[in-house]
Amino acid sequence: MALPAYATTKDKVWYYTFRVICYAIFFFLMAPILVMIPLSFNAQPYFSFTREMLTFSPDGYSIRWYQDFLTSPSWLRSIQNSFMIGIASTALATTLGTLAALGLSRSEMPFKGIIMALLISPMIVPLIISAAGMFFFFSQLNIAQTYLGVILAHTALGTPFVIITVTATLVGFDHSLTRAAASLGATPTTTFFKVTMPLILPGVISGALFAFITSFDEIVIVLFVAGPEQRTIPREMWSGIREDISPTILAVATLMVLISTLLLVTIELLRRRSERIRGVTPS
Amino acid sequence: MAQADAGALDQNASVEPTGRLRTADGRPLKSALRRAQRRRKITAFLLVTPLLVFILGFFVFPIAQMMWRSVDNPQVVRALPNTLEALQTWDGQDVPGEAVFAALHADFVADAERPRRDQAMGPLAVRLNYELSAARGAISRTSRQAVNFEAPYREAFLDSHRLWGQPELWRIIKREGRPLTSAYYVAALDREFDADGSIVRRDENRRIYVQLFIRTILMSVAITFLTFVLGFPIAYYLSILPMRYSSLLMICVLLPFWTSLLVRTSAWIVLLQQQGVINSSLVGLGLMDDANRVQMIYNMTGTIVAMTHILLPFMVLPLYSVMRTIPPSYMRAAKSMGATPSTAFRRVYFPQTLPGIGAGGVLVFIISIGYYITPALVGGQSGRMISNEIARHMQQSLNWGLAAALGTMLLVGVLVLYWLYNRLVGADSLKLG
Repeated sequence: MALPAYATTKDKVWYYTFRVICYAIFFFLMAPILVMIPLSFNAQPYFSFTREMLTFSPDGYSIRWYQDFLTSPSWLRSIQNSFMIGIASTALATTLGTLAALGLSRSEMPFKGIIMALLISPMIVPLIISAAGMFFFFSQLNIAQTYLGVILAHTALGTPFVIITVTATLVGFDHSLTRAAASLGATPTTTFFKVTMPLILPGVISGALFAFITSFDEIVIVLFVAGPEQRTIPREMWSGIREDISPTILAVATLMVLISTLLLVTIELLRRRSERIRGVTPS
Repeated sequence: MAQADAGALDQNASVEPTGRLRTADGRPLKSALRRAQRRRKITAFLLVTPLLVFILGFFVFPIAQMMWRSVDNPQVVRALPNTLEALQTWDGQDVPGEAVFAALHADFVADAERPRRDQAMGPLAVRLNYELSAARGAISRTSRQAVNFEAPYREAFLDSHRLWGQPELWRIIKREGRPLTSAYYVAALDREFDADGSIVRRDENRRIYVQLFIRTILMSVAITFLTFVLGFPIAYYLSILPMRYSSLLMICVLLPFWTSLLVRTSAWIVLLQQQGVINSSLVGLGLMDDANRVQMIYNMTGTIVAMTHILLPFMVLPLYSVMRTIPPSYMRAAKSMGATPSTAFRRVYFPQTLPGIGAGGVLVFIISIGYYITPALVGGQSGRMISNEIARHMQQSLNWGLAAALGTMLLVGVLVLYWLYNRLVGADSLKLG
């Protein structure tokens, strides 16, 4: 939206002030994340730019914090745990959530409102309350401080995202396609895998990615339900920040930003693809 | 076969005049349709069942169970059944008589005979200690000696620990000798029972929670307001830009949204701490003395700044999706009819963004009121929120009843807000990225 030719001086001043304000806010959003990236290559164990770094002398930079991260047994273990718990809970959440979304988006579904509210609730209830509840319950079942406990808890947190993304894909779903398949003699299972699944797949995948990042980033439940064996990356960062704060955290943070960028790009591409194959004009 | 068919035909013919339609196999169409409908309903429900069972079992039930802890009060009833019975005739003023102490002795003896993991005196000591801070010591010391007490029991107990001679302890035992209690809620509201058993406010210096709830709400309001002030201009800017540019700038909103919470919190520690980037830059530029570095973190400021940054995308995304749908011609029409730009904005544009402001505002408020991680890491003492107190009672003071009472109050508040949000925008309009 460029300035029209008849703009007055006041209009011009406002036009540029507004843009300056907006870019300042974008700067506020991005700067904290971007500033960590160079600092993670700091040769000194400080959280500010050293003189060598500002003069771009090679002595000021090093990859020692990355080496530290990739050679420390506790960090390596946390990577393994994070991926294991993340993948297992994502698989569970995606399966359960997709099935439920298929049911919920049928017009015949009874008690739709209340069931939807219940299934979305893990997203609404403050994490500290979910964590407290699960802590007591899992202790009674003897699955506190086990992988199973953390995976089940993360599954519960991840399902609302799968339901939301898959029901959103099903909104524009043309049900005459499944009827056509059935009239041509396909069994319900064949219809599901050959007709429905390919169409809702983008929604399922982005729901799965949401569920994965939820588990990958989750810390409150881990603090209450997980034991020392199940420490995840966020859990290690938590103790890193509280106990001995070293630039290793910044190296981890930089790698985490990389991962989230990758996920963000994937989800955006999936969203566009889904809109294209469903024939929805991009909004 | 032929006969049966003929019969069916006959029957058909006989009901034909009433006009009821039938399917090919002769059933009335209405009931066949109803059956098919019911079957579809069951299929839909069966698809939802696995997740519903899972969420009810592993999410709703644990939370309900936790909420139950805020009123559950089995300890006194289990440990002191005889004493409670003897206390029924007690007037509540002086130390009870010999009969009550004999019953107390009987309870201690009965408890000592139970297998170790069923013993009730340990939980009783913990429970009474929440109400009276010396109670744990009194009970554990007495329970070691009580088996050997001889009549008269009153003297023996009074010799064992002075607390048995205080009417206050007996009043607490009598008051808490019921399976349900309101004591945790009374404590969570900074109140206590006085000698007559009526509820009064605590001494000024022992009031914590009401103030903390108020502070949590005020901080959440401040954070919601700040996200609105910062989010509104950029959402507007994104909505007027052509798609190509706005998608690019949208990355600035979405990347923080997708970045790990701990990463963003540690970023603010890096920036704001006394040896951090902002302080060092100010000192390096000569704008500030090395000795007067500002403490910007581990206090309320740190919490509010970091949480505003973390929650800003939750405000921008709903605002943006609403603003995108507002046709620019409305503003032009207003201006063409003589409105100044500020009037046009105030009376034409702004009212149309209200659904987005409502949605974003309630969302940010709901999230921030129950936030735990960021206040715990950068909040220090003055930036604590109610969640931190819940976590402290869960993990350190181990007063689970009080944690449950505080948690229930928080949960009810959040659910009411969520209900409002639902009325405002509908839950399924929650936008994800």
